[in-house]
Amino acid sequence: MSQPAAANYGSFDKWLPKLVLAPSFVLTLVFVYGFIIWNGYLSFTPSRILPNYEWAGLIQYERLFENERWWVAVKNLGIFGSLFMGVSMALGLLLAIFLDQKIRMEGALRTIYLYPMALSFIVTGTAWKWILNPGLGLEHLMHQWGFENFTFDWLVNTDMSIYTVVIAGVWQSSGFVMALFLAGLRGIDDSIIKAAQVDGASLPRIYWRIIVPCLRPVFFSTLMILAHLAIKSFDLVMALTSGGPGFSSDVPATFMYSMAFTRGQIGMGAASAMMMLATLAALVVPYLYSELRNSKHG
Amino acid sequence: MSFITRWLPGPGRFILYAVLFTVAIYYLLPLYVMVTTSLKSMDEIREGNLLALPSAPGFAAWAKAWGEACTGVACDGLKGYFWNSVKMVVPSVILSTMLGAVNGYILSKWRFRGSEVIFAMMMFGVFLPLQVILLPMAQTLGWLGLAKSTTGLVFVHCVMGIASTTLFFRNYYVGIPDELIKAATLDGAGFWRIFFRIILPLSTPIIMVTTIWQFTQIWNDFLFGVVFSAGDSQPITVGLNNLANTSSSVKEYNVDMAAAIIAGLPTLFVYVVAGKYFVRGLTAGAVKG
Repeated sequence: MSQPAAANYGSFDKWLPKLVLAPSFVLTLVFVYGFIIWNGYLSFTPSRILPNYEWAGLIQYERLFENERWWVAVKNLGIFGSLFMGVSMALGLLLAIFLDQKIRMEGALRTIYLYPMALSFIVTGTAWKWILNPGLGLEHLMHQWGFENFTFDWLVNTDMSIYTVVIAGVWQSSGFVMALFLAGLRGIDDSIIKAAQVDGASLPRIYWRIIVPCLRPVFFSTLMILAHLAIKSFDLVMALTSGGPGFSSDVPATFMYSMAFTRGQIGMGAASAMMMLATLAALVVPYLYSELRNSKHG
Repeated sequence: MSFITRWLPGPGRFILYAVLFTVAIYYLLPLYVMVTTSLKSMDEIREGNLLALPSAPGFAAWAKAWGEACTGVACDGLKGYFWNSVKMVVPSVILSTMLGAVNGYILSKWRFRGSEVIFAMMMFGVFLPLQVILLPMAQTLGWLGLAKSTTGLVFVHCVMGIASTTLFFRNYYVGIPDELIKAATLDGAGFWRIFFRIILPLSTPIIMVTTIWQFTQIWNDFLFGVVFSAGDSQPITVGLNNLANTSSSVKEYNVDMAAAIIAGLPTLFVYVVAGKYFVRGLTAGAVKG
């Protein structure tokens, strides 16, 4: 190759970055946006066991909205999502505030709180399934300790099974919330707190009125991440209850999987995936928009 | 930084420690139960209680989980699944990290008209509910001849990992002063020379973070594993789930727990050894870079 002239060299450097970025851009375009459109189209077709690209209008959505199991899944997501987010946030914030009080062994405690996040939901779901099973787990233990009437059969109880998912989900994620809040707390300017103390404010008051409001951006990001985890939550439910008993602990993610891959209802599976996407987009798009705007000005 | 002003007096402090330790027990309980149960015999599990220490600890359940436990029809234990996961994780982590590094470098140091839009488009991929791509992906893998293979899984993990690895590297490289790049350009260094001579040598911390993040994500993945693989290409999470849900007349909880620990050990090991980077990855993954 001949030596490029200085001017050419400049323009070479101008298109080279675009060229190098191109594969990733194309992959994203095809496998994210292209596939969303493709899946969207599938949701307007009569596809059952095999994809069928005939246009069928809204029939899959009609079938979905008439499907009792889908509404159980949606309701479960509501229960699971709100409790999972609420309890994780409350517990995470409490632990962060407590850990921030010049605690001995802070490092060790932090390590303990956070390790569940390193494990797969499948692993922790298997463990919780064993602890919560009525035969030999917690219930058995309480009986042995003399509490003969203690019953804890949530795992196999149609009305309660979704709450066991909350127990395991909070266990998995609250340490992570703690880490986020702790990072936020450590970033707050100490002089604000000193000034408030000089004014004679009590510690709980300082936290409630000054420190917690300062954490608003952290609250927001954490809520986003937890909401996103809740909507995508598939592994935990599969490992813990497989959506059962019956379909009492189904969530949209497990509903979509079973329609699309085990029950030969591709069209309805695609429609339920679109509903999940719409929910997540409604939450995330405004959030990403404000994040990117801020980072541009910041 | 230490905060002299943040403290609670006397009795409050006692409550503080009491709460912190109680919660620590809640977090440790499953791990304790997993480990002790895996070391017990089935007789002991039936007669004893959940929290008792094993009277005669042994690794029989571990050996069974590794080599001969039944997952559905086959009874070869988890070892095959474990190596499938290794074969899947190593190339996906390396490839997605490399792509992320180059993308992040471009999106922070070689911005052009529209590069912010591309970045925003990629970032949405971090939040995408993966269910929406499952059906088209299954079809595409079929066309490419990659369905039900480890190569197919590597491909999917790379493609879906680009969003987060790019985000990590981009946010990190934004912190490297642009003057450094300008000075190098004046000295005649080009795109690749700057990348390999200046950027890459400064990247060790973020490479660690991204590698650990991708490793735990991909090792722990279940959704792609269960949808896109079959038989002898399934990863360990699928193997574990099959094992734990295999309905046999006698449920062997000790084998289940040993299997769960085997499936969790690699990521737990990473957490213990490189915990600092793991936490940084988690918090950086929280979009705020």
